[in-house]
Amino acid sequence: MAYGAYEAAGVTQRRHRAIKILLAGGFGVGKTTLVGAVSEIRPLRTEEQLTETSAHVDSTVGVERKTTTTVAMDFGRITLREDLVLYLFGTPGQQRFWFMWDELSLGALGAVVLADTRRLADCFPAIDYFERREIPFIVALNVFEGSRQYTIEDVRVALDLDPKLPIILCDARSRESAKDVLITLIEHVLSVADEPVAR
Amino acid sequence: MPSNEEPWLDNAAGPVVRPYALTRGRTRHSGEAFDLVATVIATRALVADPGVLAPEHISVLQFAQTPTTVVDIASDVDLPLGVVRILLADLRELGLVSIQAPVSTRAQLVDKNTLREVLHGLRGL
Repeated sequence: MAYGAYEAAGVTQRRHRAIKILLAGGFGVGKTTLVGAVSEIRPLRTEEQLTETSAHVDSTVGVERKTTTTVAMDFGRITLREDLVLYLFGTPGQQRFWFMWDELSLGALGAVVLADTRRLADCFPAIDYFERREIPFIVALNVFEGSRQYTIEDVRVALDLDPKLPIILCDARSRESAKDVLITLIEHVLSVADEPVAR
Repeated sequence: MPSNEEPWLDNAAGPVVRPYALTRGRTRHSGEAFDLVATVIATRALVADPGVLAPEHISVLQFAQTPTTVVDIASDVDLPLGVVRILLADLRELGLVSIQAPVSTRAQLVDKNTLREVLHGLRGL
């Protein structure tokens, strides 16, 4: 399509709207599966310096020995319209990856915390993170075969979540289910937007 | 003198060219910060001295011929995001690309019509 091909020359064009959605959760909880179920999943790597202190210490010998780590992120895009694209970013929920979260959460519309009821504590840091930054989020419980079924209310109590915060069951392998997760998030963002501003 | 039999590089040594070698060791980019989903567009300006461009700059530039985002470029050129940011900032400094901040989609600022459009789009997938 001709979009942008000649317009880049300076003619005003309709701005591309990129909606950023975050997907948080512990290792092995199904983030990659969920992104792949609903979007065109694409490779994305970050190579980041983890410790600045070691670089300072070692710089005295003239050879810098920096600790870098390559982190593969789950990155998916869903083109809803030519000028409206959803970007899904899934990264590990552990605190040591928060240098990425800080960047990703800038301008993010909302977040999905993907949880496994067998390891519910893995999602505490992510919930805490989004609450502190006032990023609207929902909790999606990926139902694994063989996991004991807890009720949504059990989980709400265990995670100490607001009664209005949506918690849904999902099957991260299913496209329909993954779509429902995103729809639930957007509906939640809309309902938050309707609330009068407190204070 | 070490034995010549020993290979200098093995798997434990990691890739022969570390990604930041492409950026000449720089880990932070110059100029104004830009978002991951900022739109990048090649300006089609001519560069006075093509010698300043590394092959990776040219790859990045090729992907920016039509408007695209920072993350899309990182994925397309298969280089780490941090490296791509630095390459993009170099290109911006040379006037070869322009980088536009995305329309704000922070939950508190996004307009409801956009959200409804997103809902509609998702339901129709």
